[in-house]
Amino acid sequence: MRGFPWRETIRTGLLGSVVALHLSLVGMVEAFSRREIVKDVVTLGQLLLLLVVLVAGYLAARKAAERNKAYAIIAGLIVGLIIGAVLAALALSIKPLHLRQVFTNASRGLVRVLLFDKKGMAGVLTLLAVMGGGGIAAGLLELLPNHVRRPLLYALIATLTLGLLRDIFAVILPRSISRFFYTSSGLTVKGAVVLAVAWTLYFAAAERWGQQVRGRLEALPPEKQKPLRLGAYAIALILLLVLPKLLGERGGYIFEVLDIVGIYIVMGLGLNIVVGFAGLLDLGYVAFFAIGAYTMAVLTTPELPAVRQYIPPMDFWEALPLALLASLLSGIILGVPVLKTRGDYLAIITLGFGEIIRLLVISDALKPILGGAQGITGVARPHLFGWTAKTPQDFFYFILVAIAIGFFISVRLKDSRLGRAWKAIREDEDVAIAMGIDHVATKLTAFATGATLAGLSGAIFSSKLFSIAPHSFNILISIYVLSLLIVGGIGSLPGVVVGAFALVGLPELLREFAEYRMLVYGAALVMMMIFRPQGLWPETLHAEEYARRKGTSTAKTATAGARE
Amino acid sequence: MGILDMIHVTKRFGGLIAVNDVTITVEPRTIHSIIGPNGAGKTTLFNCITGFYRADEGEIIFDGEPIQFLPPDEIARMGIARTYQNIRLFSNLSVLENVLVGMHSHLHSWFIEPILGLPSYKREEAEARKEAMRLLEFVELDDKAFFLSKNLPYGEQRRLEIARALALKPKVLLLDEPTAGMNPRETEETMALIRRLRDERGITIVLIEHDMKVVMNISDTISVLDYGQKIAEGTPLEIRTNPRVIEAYLGRGAAMGLSQAA
Amino acid sequence: MWERIRVRLRHLSGTDIALWLISVVLVVLIVVGSINSLTSGRYTVRQWMDFIIFGLAQGGVYALIALGYTMVYGVLHMINFAHSEVFMSGPFTAYFVANALDKAGYFDSHPIISLAIVFVVAMSVSMFVAVVLEILAYRPLRGSPRLVPLITAIGASFFLQYTFRGLYGSGVKAYPDIAMLHGTWSIAGLNIQKTLVVVFIAAILLLVGLYTFVQKTKIGMGIRAVAEDQQAAALMGVDVDRMISMTFAVGGAGAGAAGVLYALIFKQVHFFMGFVPGIKAFTAAVLGGIGNIPGAMLGGLFLGVFESLGPSLFLEGLGVPAAYQLKDAIAFTMLVLVLIFRPTGILGERIAKRA
Repeated sequence: MRGFPWRETIRTGLLGSVVALHLSLVGMVEAFSRREIVKDVVTLGQLLLLLVVLVAGYLAARKAAERNKAYAIIAGLIVGLIIGAVLAALALSIKPLHLRQVFTNASRGLVRVLLFDKKGMAGVLTLLAVMGGGGIAAGLLELLPNHVRRPLLYALIATLTLGLLRDIFAVILPRSISRFFYTSSGLTVKGAVVLAVAWTLYFAAAERWGQQVRGRLEALPPEKQKPLRLGAYAIALILLLVLPKLLGERGGYIFEVLDIVGIYIVMGLGLNIVVGFAGLLDLGYVAFFAIGAYTMAVLTTPELPAVRQYIPPMDFWEALPLALLASLLSGIILGVPVLKTRGDYLAIITLGFGEIIRLLVISDALKPILGGAQGITGVARPHLFGWTAKTPQDFFYFILVAIAIGFFISVRLKDSRLGRAWKAIREDEDVAIAMGIDHVATKLTAFATGATLAGLSGAIFSSKLFSIAPHSFNILISIYVLSLLIVGGIGSLPGVVVGAFALVGLPELLREFAEYRMLVYGAALVMMMIFRPQGLWPETLHAEEYARRKGTSTAKTATAGARE
Repeated sequence: MGILDMIHVTKRFGGLIAVNDVTITVEPRTIHSIIGPNGAGKTTLFNCITGFYRADEGEIIFDGEPIQFLPPDEIARMGIARTYQNIRLFSNLSVLENVLVGMHSHLHSWFIEPILGLPSYKREEAEARKEAMRLLEFVELDDKAFFLSKNLPYGEQRRLEIARALALKPKVLLLDEPTAGMNPRETEETMALIRRLRDERGITIVLIEHDMKVVMNISDTISVLDYGQKIAEGTPLEIRTNPRVIEAYLGRGAAMGLSQAA
Repeated sequence: MWERIRVRLRHLSGTDIALWLISVVLVVLIVVGSINSLTSGRYTVRQWMDFIIFGLAQGGVYALIALGYTMVYGVLHMINFAHSEVFMSGPFTAYFVANALDKAGYFDSHPIISLAIVFVVAMSVSMFVAVVLEILAYRPLRGSPRLVPLITAIGASFFLQYTFRGLYGSGVKAYPDIAMLHGTWSIAGLNIQKTLVVVFIAAILLLVGLYTFVQKTKIGMGIRAVAEDQQAAALMGVDVDRMISMTFAVGGAGAGAAGVLYALIFKQVHFFMGFVPGIKAFTAAVLGGIGNIPGAMLGGLFLGVFESLGPSLFLEGLGVPAAYQLKDAIAFTMLVLVLIFRPTGILGERIAKRA
């Protein structure tokens, strides 16, 4: 074993152990072990620990493989065993050391999960075997060539995701198919095998031929590309419109989730203009969501005699423009003083504003108007030609329209004079000013546009919920929206959707996840900033792509186009 | 009265007097260089002209109007553009977009026009793109219009910065060490470009420069600053032989000797 | 001269006018409210004094937390948003030690030693969290655009908050009642709660101690050198990374101690306890001029008193019902106003603003 990187391997193993210990003691392992991915084979909790072993093992293996290919597997194994040993030590020490008295989650349940439901030595050996096996797998993964590793990994991820999303697919799919793939919790064993094989074949094919297909599509002249793209959009749109009818009664739960995701997408699109385009980190964004929601509620509820005395309850469509106007105006009013400051102070100031608004809402001082800590019920619902929206499916359409508006505004403004001014301010405010850009007006427009979209989102939210209470509007909402932007890719429109599904959709589906939501968001923010600041689906920098793919020829044609 | 007059301009930072009672008159359609050792207050003077610093005393008159109290964006819109010593491009925007941002004050659309997609807006944008491409052609960057500006090599970034400033259609262009870090060939090209700006476009150039060859070669007038004060002014020939200037440079052992450049 | 004013007036922007109007209205409201309250005689002089003393004790705690914000800002030019969690981590962990000591009866037999143990545990934990945070989360991002470390710090803040929630549970934990701190002392004719006196004195001693550390020791000198000019310090042989770690360590120690004092006043700890004091301490740091250590101390004391007096002094005077609920709103309003009108603080920023 000459030249084996002992030091690095052990350090990676210990780092992995710290992560595994953290996940166990924080309670995630146990909570997640209640969700089975493949029936009687693997739970989400075990998967979480295995994932730690895989990542740590892979990192150690990559380091070790630089010296000698065979070392990769040894390094993986060592890392796996270290993590396994530390977890075993934890499992065995919980009872004798009374760890429960300090760590609430150091419970008997955790021991059971860690030791695979076995007692004493048998459990420890199983744990070590599984973790060691994971480590070896990580080592093997490192040794595989790229075009084999990638399809395998993707197939694994896709299969596990399908297991994770059982609650959706088991409902959507026809019974006979669903029975084959899913049990009451997680995938069936044969279902998992079939899916894994199918996905592997698919990703292998994509790896082999995907580039060619894409290349051929791009080689098509623009006139032919356009109808293709429009067709794809049209199909997606029709699918979205028909989906509620297709699923009927079964879809209630799914649309409940989709509605929440959609509300966050609208907010995300608004904040994307503020943070992504104009570079203004607004941590009090929830305030505008609250203002939209409260305006809708206060104007339409039959409660609140202090208000009803002067204004009779309105219906949804009368209140909606007023809600938008209120959030727009508050965006301007709060924006004027706030936008004098820059960068990180702006973040703290907006945070302060958000908190002030929340404190005012829950205070008794404004209770007669805003309902105080109990909130307001009886918010009006949207109606059209005698039909009133009640179910999540009905609201889905309204939210879809709101998303479309948000997208439309963002797309149209992005490359306009205003959009360029926003981006210039984001890049370098001093220079933008020296170019003659009125920075206050420009920033204010971004702030107000973002605020209005948040207000729209809030108005729909309060109407959908039928009642609102101040605790729905705390600072965490701002952080959720910011996180989904950053995870999706700041400034990127598809990124908003990806981020919303990943950060809002998943936790809604996985109830046990809810408690660890902020933990995961926090970790995600830090990791994204360190490892992938551009996000999962970055803003397509058309410029860069043109330049890289087609050299200067595209630029020339574009020049010619501009000259016409 | 020139196109740009600095009259008894003083700027202090705490106890430090960065610019001390400087009076300079820039004649229209000339290349006016401001030189001086490091820390002589040249860039501070630029910042006073563009409105990023408020002059503590004195007046700055541009085209007959006092501008020392105007905010920087308004000064830019009146027709003073600048470049920076350490290039400051909008690095994540494309080359074309950088120039389009420069044209900001000559375009009119705001919020509602692009959203409605009005024909007037589309026409304006198309015009602007054409104009921007023409500017890029002028600085020979038209084939790189869709590159991200941060991916350009150094010399081209300098040229892009000039193009972006030109997009403002300035009457006066302030260039802060435009040839810094360039090789002799690039320097030569940049000098040619600056001359063309004056001759073809009638732009008045105020130039901060360390390279004495460039300064002596290109300038119509030279003002020399030292410790925030103007110590000399004149044609290149006069400056080259001015004993105070030689003392300011050589007295401090600065290696960029004037006699050498002569 | 007259000409100057005239030209200036001509170019006064709408935003400036709006801002001045807001500030004038606020000042008028505060003055009118205060006069109303004072003349109505709703509170006696004694009660006002109680408010002030409580404010001073609380302000001492803010000042100790603010130290960490201000030092980190001085060195790295970033707002360490997660500092509030550094503050929470110490006393939350030390709760278990305090509880054990209490159960064993040590708090009654050796109150001072027990308290010292609790302090040491809390300060070490906070210090550890702060230093690890810097090494793992902030160090890889040095030199990136300004918003990047801030977003990281926000992420780290929530990560830490919910880590401790997961570790120790989401419930409120009651700190042991210390018999020694029961009752009041009569000082200069005033009966003052012992707890408040102890908290205030401890806070001042700790502040002076930490400030002396920064001013007099070699490490402190290194920290100040790095704050002044990182490159120059590195050239002079200062180990910049180590000094940045030390900055976080000193700030963390201050925050940990502040946490225990906070727990002594409010008798409880929980995972969310850092958020509000954190923001207030940040306000204090800005108030005193961020980067300025004595400024942070004064800012903390001022904010503590202002917030303690505020609801009774001017909100009730204006007829706001249940004004005590808006105590935090006063602090946040203060934050907003300071950041808008005087971002360099009352004592001025010690570090020059770098473009």
